[in-house]
Amino acid sequence: MSTSTAARRTALYESHKRLGGKIVDFHGWELPVQYESIIKEHEATRNRIGLFDVSHMGQVFATGPDALPFLQKVNENDISKIGPGKAIYSHLGNEKGGVVDDVIVSCLAKDRYLIVVNAATADKDFAWFQKNAQGLRVTLENKSDHYGMIAVQGPKAAELVALLAPKAVELPRFGAMELELHGQPSFITRTGYTGEDGVEFIVPNEIVVRVWEDLLAQGQSYGVAPCGLGARDVLRLEAGYLLYGQDLDDEHSTYEANYGWVVKLDKGDFIGKSVLAKQKTEGITRKLTGIKLLERGVPRAAAPVLLDGKEIGKLCSATYSPTLQAGIGTGYLDQPNLAPGTKVAVTLHGREVPAEVVKTPFYVSPNLKKGA
Amino acid sequence: MLDPKKLKFLKSHEWLNLEGSDATVGISDHAQKEITDVVFVEPPKVGRKVKQGEACCVVESVKAAFDIYAPVSGEITAANADVVKDPSIVNAEAFGKGWLFKLKASDPAEAGKLMDHAAYEAFLKTEAAHGSH
Repeated sequence: MSTSTAARRTALYESHKRLGGKIVDFHGWELPVQYESIIKEHEATRNRIGLFDVSHMGQVFATGPDALPFLQKVNENDISKIGPGKAIYSHLGNEKGGVVDDVIVSCLAKDRYLIVVNAATADKDFAWFQKNAQGLRVTLENKSDHYGMIAVQGPKAAELVALLAPKAVELPRFGAMELELHGQPSFITRTGYTGEDGVEFIVPNEIVVRVWEDLLAQGQSYGVAPCGLGARDVLRLEAGYLLYGQDLDDEHSTYEANYGWVVKLDKGDFIGKSVLAKQKTEGITRKLTGIKLLERGVPRAAAPVLLDGKEIGKLCSATYSPTLQAGIGTGYLDQPNLAPGTKVAVTLHGREVPAEVVKTPFYVSPNLKKGA
Repeated sequence: MLDPKKLKFLKSHEWLNLEGSDATVGISDHAQKEITDVVFVEPPKVGRKVKQGEACCVVESVKAAFDIYAPVSGEITAANADVVKDPSIVNAEAFGKGWLFKLKASDPAEAGKLMDHAAYEAFLKTEAAHGSH
């Protein structure tokens, strides 16, 4: 994929090799797609603990008296709703109503925020931030090269994290804290991308390996498993999370992505608001919709979805769901109001496989309390 | 379990067990390890006539779909219903219970073009040396 520049490695690259990780190029990063088995790693995360190297994610700090007005301008969600110690999921909108990236913003202090951005979009986001910070008293720092990031996910994740950082366990869902780990200023947020309880460690590169090794060693008795991108993708799709660049992009809006709860039209002005307000009142013509196969088979991205024999869209994300033991996928369908249970078909290897529209998320973990 | 030393192999990692004109086809142990987590098998329909090298069966893992090619020409005589029901059998026993389909070879001499076990092992080494990531 990366032709001109060598693929980048996270601080954990050698650890992945030692653990037998199968390394692939993911948006220019050399990361494990799996160690032993996607199914086993998925199962460990749903039932015990999975460890994920997400060091490719980017970290941007916004500091200054206008940090909040700046974030309100570039975010569709209402960042004023979070005070120090809280985080929020949000979309960065563009003027056309499309989405620049999806991010998690943590409030560290009233004038200091941490924005975790996607790897493939980190440079694009930072340029977008700089452009939109002009005239505002806010300092932007892209510290993506300074930090590594480890996600600890699963019903037993909190018990394991308690051994390393006892205070972190007091964090509510979407809580955020600063702390010292191995003498280094670090962050922990109670967030994740798996649909399970868990935390994400954001720590300087110098100590990433130590934190990873500690989690692996202390997690042995819990049945912890290091997990690759393959399991991560299955877990996030089951949990209904979007993958930027695949399910969401500069051309599709948050409403079309069926993530309307993110958009807070009543918070004041922000980039893309007028387009979104229009979509809210006039409706949308396509919507990211979940489908489940009714027969055996594994749907794939780009597979056509048919209604009464006519193509109404293509899948963006699709996989075999070990939790549902069925093929699942999401795609932008031209008919935005299909009721769950509507019979459709997905073309796979030239065959029309029966499927039905289902509500997303496909799976809600009993271990994750709703609304928190 | 079949003795892999008695089987013939394709570069695309299928194995062939030929007894007279009765052929059984599966994927190698190396291939099942590479694919991992087989979750779906779509074997060819019994009675279908296939040519040597023709894609006639699909094996899918969580991540990807793999075409399986007919090692020799002939007519499909059986599809393994067990691996359709429980695809993980392909991972558990690639050289045995994890077979995919059987066919009646129209020209068993075609198998002469395939690699024997020693040649396949040597081929795997050159493939590993090239680094498939």
